[in-house]
Amino acid sequence: MPILSLQDVSKSFGALKVTDGVSFDLEAGQALGIIGPNGAGKSTLFNLITGNIAPSAGRVFLDGRDVTRAPPMERVRAGVGRSFQIPQPFGNLSVYENLLVAARFGGAVSGAEAPGFCMDILTRTGLAAVAEKPSGALSLLQRKRLELARAMATRPRVILLDEIAGGLTDAECSQLVITIKAIHAEGTAIIWIEHVLHALTSVVERLMVLNFGRMLMIGAPDEVMASAEVREIYLGIEA
Amino acid sequence: MNLSRPLGLIAALLALTTLYALPTFAPRAMVQDLFGILTLLVLAMNWNMLAGFAGLVSVGQQAFVGIGAYAMFAAVILMGLDPLVGVLIGGLAAAAFAVPMAFFAFRLNGAYFAIGTWVVADIARLAISQWKALGGGTGTSLPKGTAKDMAFVGPIKEALGVSTAAAADALTFWLMLTLAVAMLATSYVFLRSRMGLGLQAIRDNENAARSVGVDPLRIKAAVFVLAGFVTGLCGALAFIQITRVTPDAAFSVIDWTAFVIFITVIGGIGTLPGPIVGVIVFYALQRLLADYGTVYLIVLGCLGIAVMLFARRGLWGLFTDRSGIDPFPLTHRPPTSLALRHGDLK
Repeated sequence: MPILSLQDVSKSFGALKVTDGVSFDLEAGQALGIIGPNGAGKSTLFNLITGNIAPSAGRVFLDGRDVTRAPPMERVRAGVGRSFQIPQPFGNLSVYENLLVAARFGGAVSGAEAPGFCMDILTRTGLAAVAEKPSGALSLLQRKRLELARAMATRPRVILLDEIAGGLTDAECSQLVITIKAIHAEGTAIIWIEHVLHALTSVVERLMVLNFGRMLMIGAPDEVMASAEVREIYLGIEA
Repeated sequence: MNLSRPLGLIAALLALTTLYALPTFAPRAMVQDLFGILTLLVLAMNWNMLAGFAGLVSVGQQAFVGIGAYAMFAAVILMGLDPLVGVLIGGLAAAAFAVPMAFFAFRLNGAYFAIGTWVVADIARLAISQWKALGGGTGTSLPKGTAKDMAFVGPIKEALGVSTAAAADALTFWLMLTLAVAMLATSYVFLRSRMGLGLQAIRDNENAARSVGVDPLRIKAAVFVLAGFVTGLCGALAFIQITRVTPDAAFSVIDWTAFVIFITVIGGIGTLPGPIVGVIVFYALQRLLADYGTVYLIVLGCLGIAVMLFARRGLWGLFTDRSGIDPFPLTHRPPTSLALRHGDLK
């Protein structure tokens, strides 16, 4: 049984259809990449999976259970963690406290276990040295790392990463990829929206292309990137 | 060894003991003055919990003061109950009112929430002013002898050897002081708890809080209703001492919300001791500028603006930032042993 399944999911804002009949299954431990031009509906698809917005049509299943109308909090506790494209830290709380919130609520980690659990994640994501710093005062790289660390603290079985490598230098991006690969190696399923293709294709086993809210193609990264249609729409290279 | 915490606790215990003993040796006027300060302190702590820790900037707290006061008057005048039972009913009535108020106001955000709560409070004032049994728009007074018949007043009168009125003042003072201490202690425990952490996450970013499993509506509603309950208790208790209630006085946005916002902002919004510092400054200014009429309000406004511009965490925030001393920290720190293990602290 797939860990996550979308069946013909659509979302309209007035006359504008931002997600149009998207269906796919994600097996436990799989990594799926999502690419598409700006405005293709990639982040909206994440919001539909996490429950931040409700679909106009279609159904979302987690472990075979219909969660289409379930609120985000319930889906987090069911194992869906996410990062935001524009980092959204709890600015007045420290980096450590940001993780503590995620661990205590989303991850259901006990009060006694939470400190060690959070420090382990902070170490793995390279944030241990700034654990007590207010998260509002972090650099962009640190904010991106915090997005990842906070999502990890909810103990997800599927983690949604929204352009987490955007704006980073090559060296920073490589470091982040190492962390993401380690998370994947532990068996966590990943859905990753990204424009930094070399980073994305070094992790994911499948790649989905969205255009105007519709799923254009899904398959192995090499296969997808070789498609003339994808190259024309996404990379602007005429066949 | 960090001595700020034990020293802070000793200073707090000494201050508390002196305050509890005050009615036994201080003149009645001073007890009444301090009662007024404690009333504002309780209101400020409640407002701070909403605005400083939950991001709910309410300008409608006077609704809970008014409803608490009127419920207490109704309990005494219409039902013949003891005023202290009336205080409890006042708190419960205010909490009950907070439920539908939250239902409407929580649909709004930021400035709209502030205006929305103000509107609801004014609707409550207009509705109460139609209650003929309690004097309508002109209000009513507690029946003569209410203070004398109030529970515990007799024994206090005998023990302290004072008049009935002074014994009633001592009782209401002790109750308000207990309410303030209970509010402070509960706030500390709550804010250090899992729910308190969730509340502060909601304040900083509701959307992100939801995405890590926090239920914003549930936590905010619980805090709003509890703040309504305590504000209602406080309002009812305050009007036992005033003995007369009118809709304009009980639902005064200036007395029960504007001053309270000023106190919290200058003391330190989002800090626990902030309202205590703020209420001391407010009282000192009130005394110093008592003879200058409206100039007093202008000075208060200017001071509030200056603090907002140059010390956004208020006087207490300024003190902790400069000195590094915080006897009542709310932050969760990673255990030193773990931080060391992770090469975090040198």
